[in-house]
Amino acid sequence: MISKRIIPCLDIRDGRVVKGVKFENIQDMADPVEMARYYNESGADELVFYDITASHEGRKLFTDVLRAVASEIFIPLTVGGGINTLEDFDMVLKCGADKVSVNSGAIKNPSLICEAAKRYGSQCVVLSMDVKRVNGKFRVFANGGRIDTGIDAIEWAKQGEALGAGEIVLNSIDTDGVREGFDLPMLRAIGEVVKIPLIASGGAGKMEDFRELFNYDRIDAGLAAGVFHTKKIDIGELKLYLKKCGVNVRV
Amino acid sequence: MLKRNSRLPRQGDVCMIAVVDYGVGNLFSLVSSLRHLGLECRVTSKKEDLYEADRIILPGVGAFGDAMAKLKETGLADIITELADEKPLLGICLGMQLLFDKSYEFGEHNGLGLIPGLVMPLADDIKPGLKIPHMGWNRLEIVRDDPIFKYFSNGEWVYYVHSYYAKYCPESTLAVSEYDVMVTGLVRSAKVYGAQFHPEKSGNAGLRLLKAFAEI
Repeated sequence: MISKRIIPCLDIRDGRVVKGVKFENIQDMADPVEMARYYNESGADELVFYDITASHEGRKLFTDVLRAVASEIFIPLTVGGGINTLEDFDMVLKCGADKVSVNSGAIKNPSLICEAAKRYGSQCVVLSMDVKRVNGKFRVFANGGRIDTGIDAIEWAKQGEALGAGEIVLNSIDTDGVREGFDLPMLRAIGEVVKIPLIASGGAGKMEDFRELFNYDRIDAGLAAGVFHTKKIDIGELKLYLKKCGVNVRV
Repeated sequence: MLKRNSRLPRQGDVCMIAVVDYGVGNLFSLVSSLRHLGLECRVTSKKEDLYEADRIILPGVGAFGDAMAKLKETGLADIITELADEKPLLGICLGMQLLFDKSYEFGEHNGLGLIPGLVMPLADDIKPGLKIPHMGWNRLEIVRDDPIFKYFSNGEWVYYVHSYYAKYCPESTLAVSEYDVMVTGLVRSAKVYGAQFHPEKSGNAGLRLLKAFAEI
């Protein structure tokens, strides 16, 4: 049977890996190629690359870095950040991405999801959602968590699936970088309304958080950044621990 | 009889792998993997290159009918069929499915017919609730030993993305993965190999399979 996945996420700004807390206080962490190589060796099941650069020059730097990374890792690679058009899909796929993650671009233009799914197949299209509680409701935020779109997260997840997204990455802004566990109530709210694979993101602090996450059988993968980058959690150790807990992981 | 093109790699000789480019799928990772292993490879649609090569890899992503049509239009189907007797050939993912007699993906399409068997929808055979495509890491269980497993241990994990699978091919099946049914993972008939999974995306285990293929 298919294993549960552990996915390190590299936020890239101006060609460097960076990390923030609750989407703020962005700090420089490492060289992306070095870090990707480390993850390829340490047992990561997949890598996610997010371009959080705003500038045009940064974008070019990003595709250079992407190509360098893609040629050295031999596990699936998902790329996101600034994906607004089919041309953007084309560009990152040609640079070695296996899947493309859409976020703000799909909020602005939901048909991007179905056009991309038609051209590249659903398995290639990942809907990434940045979600935060507003007045007790789960609300979708755009532009790296800066803009409240007013869209209900549950409705957006359903629509994304109907349009042909192959999986959903749910980033909880409320737990991002806090390291006190994944946002299980939010994950359950989304997990109950869609059938496509669901990837949890935001809040991983210790190995037990992943065990608790995979207790919910709708979860296919756990994604984290800071705890893996700083080696607070070693992916090899994490997977051995999860295996001992009865989770089906690749070790 | 020694033909000009049936050149086999000798010790110290550089083995050249032709990666067939017929406009289907992304070859970036496959080429990166081969280069990482220090293997010489050429992405090509020229028949001279296929004659010249020591080994051929047939990749592929997308729909069976379209891919087969492209192979026929370009004349590559005939050349691959001709060379399959002479040098090791490896089909990957859709490239593996194309090796069989026939596929039932969106209609009925003849394949290259190099390995007996049919390509059928996985959805018809697995329990409802299991996701299609069969996508992710799964264990590869060896059912018959082969030189391709020289650097591979039984039960190692490989990466799949597919919705159709090869059936009725017990004679050629080397390894399978369980996804409610036993999914045909790796096949061989004489010099023709096929991998349903993506060795170029299967971490070190996948690289070791490619290495063994280059040494066969």
